[in-house]
Amino acid sequence: MRTVNFSSDHYKDAVFPSPFHSRQKQHNQLKEWTRWADYLSVPAYWCADMEYFSGRNACGVFDITPMVKHLVTGPDALPYLNRLMTRDVSKIKPGRVGYSVWCNEAGRVIDDGTIFHLREGVYRICSQEHQIDWFMTNMLGFDVEITEDTHDVAGLAVQGPTSCAILKDMGLEGIENLTPFGLTYFDFEGTELMVSRTGFTGDLGYELFIDPDYAEVLWDRLFAAGELRGIKAMGSEALDLLRIEAGFILAGVDFLPAMEAVRPTHTRSPFELGLGWLVSFDKGVFNGRQALLEEKEKGSRYNLVKLDIDGNKPAKDSFVYVKGGKKIAGTVTSAMWSPSAKASIALASLEAPLGQPGEEFEVEIYYQRELKWSRVMAPARVVKDVFWNPPRRRQTPPADF
Amino acid sequence: MTNTNNIVIIGGGHNGLVCAAYLAKAGKNVTVLEASEEVGGPAATREFAPGYKASCAHLLNLLDDGIREELELSSNGLSIAKENLTTIALAKDGNHITITPDSVEGSGLTAEDKAAYAEYRRFMTKFAGIIGAMHNLVPPRITTDKENLVPMAKLAWKVRMLGRDDMRELLRIGGINIYDVLKENFDNPLLKGALSLDAVLGTFSGPRSNNSVFTALHRMSGNNSGAAGAASIPAGGMGGVMQAIAGAASRAGAEIRISSPVKRILMDGMAVSGVELENGEQISASTVISNADVRTTILDLLGARHVEADFARRVSNIRSKGNAAKLHLALDGLPSFAGLNESQLGERLVIAPSVEYVEHAFNHCKYGEFSAQPVAEITLPSIHDRSLAPDGKHVLSAIVQYAPRELGTGWTEGKAAFSNAIMDVLETYAPDVRERTVATELLTPQDMEKEFGMTGGHWHHAELSLDQFLMLRPVPRSAQYKSPVDGLYLCGAGCHPGGGIMGSAGKNAANVILADQ
Amino acid sequence: MTKKYDAIVIGAGHNGLTNGAYLAKAGLNTLMVEKNEHIGGATTSLPRYKDDWIYSNCSYVCSLLRPEVYRSLNLAKYGLQVVPYGGAVTIAENGDYIGSYVDPDKARREVARHSHRDADATARFDRDIMRQCRFIRQFLLRTPPDPTSFKPRDLLEMMYMGKEALKLGEDLIYDTMRFYTMSISDFLDEYFENPLVKASHSGSGIIGSALGVMSPGTAYILLHHAMGDVDGSMGAWGFARGGMGAISKAMYDCFTDYGGETLTGNGVDQIIVKNGRAVGVALENGDEHYADVIVSNMTLPRTFLECMDPKDLDPGFLKKVKNFKIRGSSGKINIALDGVPKFTALPENSELARGDMHLIDSTERLERAYDDWKDGIWSQDPYIDMLIPSLTDPTMTPPGKHFMSLFVQYVPPRIKGKDWTDQQVQQFADTVINQIEEYAPGFKDLILHMEVRTPRELENEVGLTEGNIFQGELTLDQLLFNRPIPGYAQYRGPVKGMYMCGSSTAPGGGVMSAPGANAAREILGDLNKTNTVPEGWLDD
Repeated sequence: MRTVNFSSDHYKDAVFPSPFHSRQKQHNQLKEWTRWADYLSVPAYWCADMEYFSGRNACGVFDITPMVKHLVTGPDALPYLNRLMTRDVSKIKPGRVGYSVWCNEAGRVIDDGTIFHLREGVYRICSQEHQIDWFMTNMLGFDVEITEDTHDVAGLAVQGPTSCAILKDMGLEGIENLTPFGLTYFDFEGTELMVSRTGFTGDLGYELFIDPDYAEVLWDRLFAAGELRGIKAMGSEALDLLRIEAGFILAGVDFLPAMEAVRPTHTRSPFELGLGWLVSFDKGVFNGRQALLEEKEKGSRYNLVKLDIDGNKPAKDSFVYVKGGKKIAGTVTSAMWSPSAKASIALASLEAPLGQPGEEFEVEIYYQRELKWSRVMAPARVVKDVFWNPPRRRQTPPADF
Repeated sequence: MTNTNNIVIIGGGHNGLVCAAYLAKAGKNVTVLEASEEVGGPAATREFAPGYKASCAHLLNLLDDGIREELELSSNGLSIAKENLTTIALAKDGNHITITPDSVEGSGLTAEDKAAYAEYRRFMTKFAGIIGAMHNLVPPRITTDKENLVPMAKLAWKVRMLGRDDMRELLRIGGINIYDVLKENFDNPLLKGALSLDAVLGTFSGPRSNNSVFTALHRMSGNNSGAAGAASIPAGGMGGVMQAIAGAASRAGAEIRISSPVKRILMDGMAVSGVELENGEQISASTVISNADVRTTILDLLGARHVEADFARRVSNIRSKGNAAKLHLALDGLPSFAGLNESQLGERLVIAPSVEYVEHAFNHCKYGEFSAQPVAEITLPSIHDRSLAPDGKHVLSAIVQYAPRELGTGWTEGKAAFSNAIMDVLETYAPDVRERTVATELLTPQDMEKEFGMTGGHWHHAELSLDQFLMLRPVPRSAQYKSPVDGLYLCGAGCHPGGGIMGSAGKNAANVILADQ
Repeated sequence: MTKKYDAIVIGAGHNGLTNGAYLAKAGLNTLMVEKNEHIGGATTSLPRYKDDWIYSNCSYVCSLLRPEVYRSLNLAKYGLQVVPYGGAVTIAENGDYIGSYVDPDKARREVARHSHRDADATARFDRDIMRQCRFIRQFLLRTPPDPTSFKPRDLLEMMYMGKEALKLGEDLIYDTMRFYTMSISDFLDEYFENPLVKASHSGSGIIGSALGVMSPGTAYILLHHAMGDVDGSMGAWGFARGGMGAISKAMYDCFTDYGGETLTGNGVDQIIVKNGRAVGVALENGDEHYADVIVSNMTLPRTFLECMDPKDLDPGFLKKVKNFKIRGSSGKINIALDGVPKFTALPENSELARGDMHLIDSTERLERAYDDWKDGIWSQDPYIDMLIPSLTDPTMTPPGKHFMSLFVQYVPPRIKGKDWTDQQVQQFADTVINQIEEYAPGFKDLILHMEVRTPRELENEVGLTEGNIFQGELTLDQLLFNRPIPGYAQYRGPVKGMYMCGSSTAPGGGVMSAPGANAAREILGDLNKTNTVPEGWLDD
């Protein structure tokens, strides 16, 4: 059941319930709703911190239906995607998923997202921002078809150490053999359920995609199967904590999507986001290639780094200073107190060449205790590894937690 | 397969030939591939009826003097049948106005109009000189490095050197329309009509469209061995000029292959490696230069997939809605135009009785209709060049506007009706023209697109307007005759400084290529 | 009359009042002279039907008014309240419509209803317009430089502009060059595929101009309508509570509080020049008033061709004034309604009816409307910018009744070269009313009273030459340092002591107050007085 209304009386509501809405409502003790694209979304069901622990310690379920989804088909699907994306899409084989970014000709990131190679020559692109104008602009000269099917597919992220066991209990036989970034199909109540071993938490986890008509039954079966394994509905606030620990960047937070930029200089290249590994110069022409080659030669303007900050104050919206506290090195883009790493951690965009691993900075943190505001210059250092990267994330088959 | 140091030029139009001649003179191994049986594209002289010949481009007014000399076109056979044509603005009652660079004469003209004409010529010639000075300039990019700053500063200095009042006047009128400027200066409707026609010939604009002062200046910007904007009739039709340029190219060692349509541009990795002909033959080359229009070059011959999407989008946004049709009449004798003697018949005759008339003619093409009452630039080249028609017979060659590339009713049906509309108008000036006509050829923009491969049938390849000029032509960032693909260059009228038989785009492209190698 | 003032401002329109207020604030003994009995010029709210009904007689919405002026003249203290109204709607002949909603998701879905791709392209379009707005806004409260001058001031300002342009970066400079020279129709073609989507954006490209949507140069005019804001929401438009007259009233109160004096009901017959210097004004009733500084808020032709002795002016200058392009292209109809008209296409009580309503399907239809104007007749299928301010502002009409404002294009200053007749004015109104009746059956029956203003009325009543609402067309020949005419863009007239502060000067028309403020800054500088005019707030 498509819930978003595109007919002439759509204006009566600004946002629409997701296909999981009836079930979200049951779990939503706080009765708070926020909006994500055209949908109602839950910021927190009962306590964001506790939901975070469900995700890290057992299993958290997050509704990803509003994520923008596109289907790419046709004889030129692969060459089309290879010209669109910075990475070599030919390396994503059928049944595999790849993370990628795409750029404009200035080499600035338009958005990041995942490429699902659903079947030979059939791809799904998931993104944060609406992309159909850009994707269609890219069609010129390719025999390819693109449809946005965001509202025709319901999605759930099932994340955390017990997620595999729960899916198995739900009847997804063989799910334990799915390797990270793999995808597979199951028959579910007479329809097709697509499951990929992907997620936004940096842990063991899966994403489930299904016809919206089956959304509620999927939710019910999932929660029935997970009852004894700590399954909990999880809101966007908990997810944000999980993704920062995992070092994942978020469009509109850690970088400005190039298509929205009124000030083009505020955008970032893949290199400036630490995503140089996604740029494949040897695959032929792709959007941004020329500019990125030049950047590689001349050097980037920024480095996106992970900061380990002394003390226990989260460094939200902070400036980062070169040691000594006089010269500004950059700004924090995302920050939190990491319950898992027991550290104040942050992602920060620093002016290149600053930001090499081990380099030390000071972070200006404003915080309040019972309405009394204080400022602290907290020493911080650039770390190479993400703050949360457990072996179970990659282990196949996962242990039965 | 020939050797890879080859330079291949796609298209033997005048810019392709000029480019070939300069490169061959510099010792390069150049092959020109022309699709049709004759070089010249729309400038070739063709037999449109047994014994009657004409070329689509019929007046020479922009050919660069430098190119003429450097390529020794005269010794390669260039000869002019009639220099410095006078423009005669036709009036139905025979009270025509004759317009020369120095003066304007006619019964209805006031002393004020005559004086205003002298002043108008003065400032327009001066401003056109600024555009003329850009002809042989590779457009700079707008960056702060020296190679771009210096030419920009030089241009700015030229504008300053106009003097305070003229500089102010240029900055004022440079971006507006000819209707307003003519209204400021003249009263006589016929004079204004004729002058406005110069601004809109070959463009998708009416006299009231802004940018039309710019197109008027562009037309006057040539230094065609005479006064600014002066037009002449080459011997042998425009094809005679083409033969001369082709001769210069051949003599310098360029190979010109006719009947060799290119199917696609070949790539090896990220660089061009040659071209493939329609017949399957592959010719390898490290440098490919396209004289075809930019849209055809990038989207059809190369393929959009070989360039980044932003560039492809800019190319697909190039405006090239052609709306000039070409009429060729085979006449069994000279038609009688009221009020014109035989020698006047050999001049440049224009039907544009008032600015409003021209604007009304334009109105139609905005909506995909042809002009109910078209405007026309008419010549009878056979008066000056007997090789174009059998003894005692004549050719009437006219550019007729407006005929949109996309006609609402379709050209299959519309052509006869448009032809009729033109003949009706012609008849009001030359009552016997229908009787004298033994054969008619009408080429619509659609025909020209098909025959010469120009997108939209636009004789400038891309609309000539301020948003598609200098560093914005054909598209920003590729205005320096280079495509984003290694080894692929552009030399057609779609590049700066645009169309008209000028040759500067070809010459500038050759200079860029020589500097690169 | 012997009393001598420091300054006399001619014309109590919003720019004159702004100018006068800054002069008075600087301590100048300032006299405002106004030909009408009321102040406000084209920024008025006058009862023309009954005492408890007011119309925004000419200008009808507010967005461009510089917030710097609003704040520094304490307009809020003087009672000015600008209330944003949400959205707009374009209604097609076939009964469909496209609305512009305030809510971003609604807005996107509404476009997607017509074209999914265009819904997404709207973000790109808005972004590019916003980029142009950001660039141009910083120059609004600055005096244009003279590019032909070698004076340090001009050179520095040219360098400043160059520097700001370079800051855009190479690609954005190319975009800007194209934007300023393209037609709105071609510009929209680079973003959208759906004709109705294009039509919904195209009106802003021609409002107040003597150009069609296919005329190059109209993309800029769109920008001129988009560069305003209501409380930082760029491109948003609002109503002044109490009608547009509330703006001029607040300015007038401010001016008066600073000690300014005002004479109404007497127009200026002549600006008195002695020994090459403007020294005073002679009024229609014969009174003369003298001052060191004479500021004209009238249009350029009215100032120099009607209110000055040609002997006092250089013939070359006069020729340029005569060539000033100030063709009127719009009319205004104000209507008292017995109730809210029901548009067949719109849902009952649609929020869209609170904003601008347009009846247009395609850019082509709009262009045909322009063709009529070129031929010297009003558009037979006109473009109408229709608003019912009383749905938002309860102070304008009795409860349940409404005021409807119709801005109509194209309407020529003369019919086929001849002056309008009263009968033609009525026929023009009928054309418009019949057009609306087609989309809202029963509309005619709701009409209680109409005030019809063709360019003839706009010129006669308000003084706008040829009825041009911008006091001069907004084309490249009349923008920035070319406005009003090259060499006179710095608000100084051709004789000493004389200044211009109307919309004929840079940066042009709309209820913006920038010309009035900029002129005041120049005057105060020349008099070595403390500057009271604020600098523009820069965005980074």
